[in-house]
Amino acid sequence: MKKFCAFLALVLSLVFAGATLAQDKPAATPDKPAAAEVKKEEAKPAPSTVNKGDVAWMLTSTALVLMMSVPALALFYGGMVRSKNALSMLMQVFVVFSLVTVLWCVYGYSLAFTEGNAFFGGFDRLFLKGTFDSAKGEFANAATFSKGVVIPELVYVAFQATFAAITCCLILGAIAERAKFSAVLVFITLWFTFSYAPIAHMVWFWMGPDAYTSAKVVDEMNGKAGWLWQMGALDFAGGTVVHINSGIAGLVGAYFIGKRIGYGKEAMPPHNLTLTMIGAALLWTGWFGFNAGSALEANGIAGLAFMNTFLATACAVLSWTLGEAVFKGKPSMLGAASGAVAGLVAITPAAGNVGIPGAFVIGVSAGLVCLWGVSGLKKLLGADDSLDVFGVHAIGGILGALLTGVFNDPSLGGPSFPVDWFVGTAVPAKDYSIAGQLWIQAKAVGVTLVWSGVVAAIAYKLVDLTIGLRVNEEDEREGLDTAAHGEAAYRM
Amino acid sequence: MKLVTAIIKPFKLDEVREALSAIGVQGITVTEVKGFGRQKGHTELYRGAEYVVDFLPKVKVEAAVKSELLEQAIEAIEKSANTGKIGDGKIFVFDLEKVIRIRTGETDAAAL
Repeated sequence: MKKFCAFLALVLSLVFAGATLAQDKPAATPDKPAAAEVKKEEAKPAPSTVNKGDVAWMLTSTALVLMMSVPALALFYGGMVRSKNALSMLMQVFVVFSLVTVLWCVYGYSLAFTEGNAFFGGFDRLFLKGTFDSAKGEFANAATFSKGVVIPELVYVAFQATFAAITCCLILGAIAERAKFSAVLVFITLWFTFSYAPIAHMVWFWMGPDAYTSAKVVDEMNGKAGWLWQMGALDFAGGTVVHINSGIAGLVGAYFIGKRIGYGKEAMPPHNLTLTMIGAALLWTGWFGFNAGSALEANGIAGLAFMNTFLATACAVLSWTLGEAVFKGKPSMLGAASGAVAGLVAITPAAGNVGIPGAFVIGVSAGLVCLWGVSGLKKLLGADDSLDVFGVHAIGGILGALLTGVFNDPSLGGPSFPVDWFVGTAVPAKDYSIAGQLWIQAKAVGVTLVWSGVVAAIAYKLVDLTIGLRVNEEDEREGLDTAAHGEAAYRM
Repeated sequence: MKLVTAIIKPFKLDEVREALSAIGVQGITVTEVKGFGRQKGHTELYRGAEYVVDFLPKVKVEAAVKSELLEQAIEAIEKSANTGKIGDGKIFVFDLEKVIRIRTGETDAAAL
C-alpha cells in the first residue's frame, strides 16, 4: 500500500503541476484486490484536475476550427462558384456559422452533450447554465479520455460549437448559387436541431472515463452513452457526425432544390481558383485543431492525430492529381485542393484511431475514391450537387469510417480501443476482429445516412412549402450577390 | 488616313508596339478581347465537368496612321506578331474620316 501511495504521489505530481494536493487518500479502498491496484495506473477515485497545457491546446484548437469555416470554407466554396454568386457563398457560410454558434449555446450543446436517452441529450445545460458558478467562482469540468484529467466544460462547449457550425456550413455547397437566403437559415436551424445534435449525441456522448469506477458499473455507464457509442463505433473527430451527416444532407438538398438554370448546358466553371486554393490550405491548417484537438488533451494521441492528418492529406493530394493526370489528361489545381479536402475528410474518423500505415492507405485511397465521387458517381446520381459536398464529404467520410475499423487493429499499426473503460487497456491484436469492427462502422455509417437523409428531406420539404427553397429565375440569372445581398464581389 | 485594327496573340503585344513605334506611329490603343477563328478553343476540366472554351483571349491593337504609312504599319504588325502557328490573328484596315485632338482642337494629320 505504501508503494502504491508513493506511485500515486508520483503520478499526481507529474500530472497536476501546481494543483492542490490537499485531498484525502483516495486509494484506501479496503475491498479492492491488491493485484488490481498494482496493475492499474490510475487511482480509483483520483481527484480530477485541469491541466494548463491541455486547456491552452484546446483553446488553440477551437480557434483553428473556427478558421476552417471563416474564412477557409467560405473561400474554398466562394472560389468555386461563378463570380455573380461569390459573395452569397461567403455570406451564407459567415451567417450560418454565427447562427449555429448561437443555437449551440442556447440549446444545441445541451441536446448533444448532456445525459438523456441514447438519441438525444437533456436540457440541463440550456443557455450553458451550470458551466460556471459565479457565486463560488467555480467552473464545471468536462471529461477527456484520461482518468482524472478534465478540461473546463466551457472550453469543451466552445470546441464542439465550432464542429456543429462547420458541419452546417458544409451543406451549403450542395445548394449553392440558387438557394434563398432565408430558406437556408430556416433549414439549417431544423437540420441542426434534429440531425446534428442527435447524431453528435449518439456517437460522442458518454459518461467519461472517471465514471467507470468499478467493473460493476461498466454496463450501467455504457448504457448511458449514445447509441452508436454503445455499439462500439469509432469516430475520432467526426467522420459520421460531421462529414457523412452533412454530405447526405447536401445531396438530398440538391435533389429537392433542383438543378441550376443551364446546368449541363452552360459552362459553370469556378470563378477564382486562387481563392479555392487559399481556402483549402487554410482548411488543412485548421484541421490540425479539428483532428488533433479531438484528443481533448495535449498528449501522444494528439500527436498521432496531427501526424496522420498531415500525412493522409499529402497522400490524397498526390493520388487525386495522379488520378487526374492518368484518367483525365491533366493534373489540376482544383484537383489538388479537392484531394487535400478528401484526404482530410477521410482521416477525420481515423485520426487518433489508426497508426501511420493507416494514414498512408486512407490518404491514397481517399484521393482516388473521391475523384470517382465527383465524376463517375456524380453522373450516376444525376443531382446538381454544385460543389460536390456528397462526392467529397460523404464519400470520403464513409471511406474513412470503414477503414478506421480496419487500421485500428494493432497488427496493422493501430492503437486499438479499450477493452472497457474500467480496465482501460486496449484490445490486443490477437483479440481484434477487423470484420467485427468493420461491421460496427458500417452500421454507424448506415444509421447516419438514413437519419440525416430523412431529417434533411423533411426539413427541405417544410421550408419549400412555407418560404420556398429557391430564388426566382430572374434573381438566379442575375446572381445572388446583387439579387439577395445588394452588393457585388467585383466591380469594374 | 487609315485605322489599322489588329487582333494578335497577347504575348506579342510588346513586339508589335515596338515595331509600330519604330516606323513612327505616335500612339496605339489596346484592348483585351476574346474571340474565335480557325484556331479552335480548348477544353477545361473542373472535377467531373468538362467545358469547351470557344473564345480565346486575344489583344486588339488600334492605330490611326497617315495613308502613306499604311503599308509600313501593316508590314510591321505582320512581322512582329507572326509566330507561324495557327491563331496569330488578323489585321483590318478602315478608312478614317476625321481625327480631332481633344486638348488643342487640331484635326486630321496634325492630330495624329
